[in-house]
Amino acid sequence: MLAEALALSGVLFVIGVIGVLTRRNAIIVFMSVELMLNAVNLSFVAFSKLYGATGQVFVIFVMTVAAAEAAVGLAIIISIFRHQETVNLKDINLLRG
Amino acid sequence: MNFDLSVPTQLMQALTPDVFLMVGAMALMLVSALRPDSDEHQRLVGYCSIGVLLATLGIVIWFGSRGFTSGPGVIAVDGYRLAADMLFILAALGAIALGIEYNGREGIWNAESHVLVLFATSGMMIMAAARDLMIVFIGIEIMSIAVYVLAGMNRRSPRSAEGALKYFLLGAFSTGFLLYGIALVYGSTGSTNFTTIGHNIVQYKLAHQGMLLMGVGLLLVGFAFKVAAVPFHMWAPDVYEGAPTPITAYMAAAVKAAAFATFLRLWRESFDLLDFAWLMPVWWIAAATMIYGNLVALAQRNVKRLLAYSSIVHSGYLLVAIAAGTNSGSAAFLFYLLAYTLATFGAFAVVCAMSRPGDRDLEITDYEGLWRVRPGLAIGMAICMLALLGFPVFGGAGFWAKVYVLAAAEATPFRQLMPLTVLLVLASVISAGYYLQIVRVMFMKPRPEGAQVPAATGALTRLVLAISVALVILVGLIPARAVGWARNNQPTAPVTLSTAKAP
Repeated sequence: MLAEALALSGVLFVIGVIGVLTRRNAIIVFMSVELMLNAVNLSFVAFSKLYGATGQVFVIFVMTVAAAEAAVGLAIIISIFRHQETVNLKDINLLRG
Repeated sequence: MNFDLSVPTQLMQALTPDVFLMVGAMALMLVSALRPDSDEHQRLVGYCSIGVLLATLGIVIWFGSRGFTSGPGVIAVDGYRLAADMLFILAALGAIALGIEYNGREGIWNAESHVLVLFATSGMMIMAAARDLMIVFIGIEIMSIAVYVLAGMNRRSPRSAEGALKYFLLGAFSTGFLLYGIALVYGSTGSTNFTTIGHNIVQYKLAHQGMLLMGVGLLLVGFAFKVAAVPFHMWAPDVYEGAPTPITAYMAAAVKAAAFATFLRLWRESFDLLDFAWLMPVWWIAAATMIYGNLVALAQRNVKRLLAYSSIVHSGYLLVAIAAGTNSGSAAFLFYLLAYTLATFGAFAVVCAMSRPGDRDLEITDYEGLWRVRPGLAIGMAICMLALLGFPVFGGAGFWAKVYVLAAAEATPFRQLMPLTVLLVLASVISAGYYLQIVRVMFMKPRPEGAQVPAATGALTRLVLAISVALVILVGLIPARAVGWARNNQPTAPVTLSTAKAP
């Protein structure tokens, strides 16, 4: 069971990374980041079957932090939408040099 | 006193400075919400924040003077932690002092901006204390989430919002790597505790296990993102340019120092034996960071962006100290962070004083002939530039910082570090191209016709500049004492590892 769970977590993580690197919509990039974090959570839960509760405690922490991060992240995305009327990363390029 | 960290009350006592700062920050958050935003209220909360930081600094110094230690556990009580705490508090003091005047001028009247600096600082202090990957993660996130908000604090500026978005997306992305690295290290060693990880690697002969090495690699990528080392640096120039200037200084100095402090402790206490695997990747990252960062910095025309690239380059120099991995390596590392923090704050204080509302006047050409109109600013900037360059005598602490890093790299058993020290010297020579360019422009060029005289510099900005420059020179005069301070404040490496390494 452990090997399958780890493989699934690895695949999900890679899908998340590819999503961040290829998608240009800020919301979808953010969703891909969340996918990466949840892939890691799956690993932690799988490992905690071997080593006891530490992994599960870690998962609770990660979920809490991800929720706080989502609140701040969406606020930032809204504030940039107010300025630029877009959340497409291709069009957000004032800072260059 | 030796804290027994398995007893909750003693664990709380061992965390006194961190908890004090957090409680103070929460109380100030309430104060800042008491009245509507105004310049006066913003100033009041700013001064209160400085008071809380000074009190925390007092507690940290008291902790250090009592020589507390701790048993095994999730946090460390040692000189290394307290020395790093002092650096973070110094940087936070500078950021808030600059911020009070900068925010007043730019019309950023959110009183919370100062409180968020306190929260970020408490996260950094947790990171420096952490001896467990779980605590590392919590510390990094307490710091990062506050700094994401700080980067976008100037709500009227689209540049600030853009910088915050880029910082947030790449910061969260790098957290993913860090976390996966933690998961794999936990999966292969069965623990998240630094000391236990180190022990288990020795005891169960895990050094060549694929999962562990992959975890270490992912951790390295995560930390390289956080300290903006090439090739994981691309967010830094944009974010540093977009963020309000005092926050840029804070990010360039403290956020980087915090990531490095955790990085060094984790590497020394857990992965010391794995040097066969991480030495060459760190070598390449350091070399690429020094060379690439310098070459791109040469092309910059915006001073804030130039300082962003300079901070990337300094990550490279610090990585050399980490690669050295010995006790003198970590002493050189702390000394370098001290010199770098002081010089960075001096330089950004001048940038704050020079820019007009809306963050204009940030081009190098705006500094032409500064000596004729604002000699104090010009001299302060020149000393900070020379310190960042590592110029002998006039560069003060910056020169000795580079000397100690070079000495530490030469004294290691790793032969591979020799070419890296040569690269470090070469990179410093290249960096003269832009540091001295600023000095030349300020002193040798005439003030252009019709150029505006910068507005009178505020008292707090002048104070930050004066203290940074004075300390750069003072530490440069007594480097032996300062490096003695750094040498006494080592992360305590577990005994089994150093003995296992001896043969």
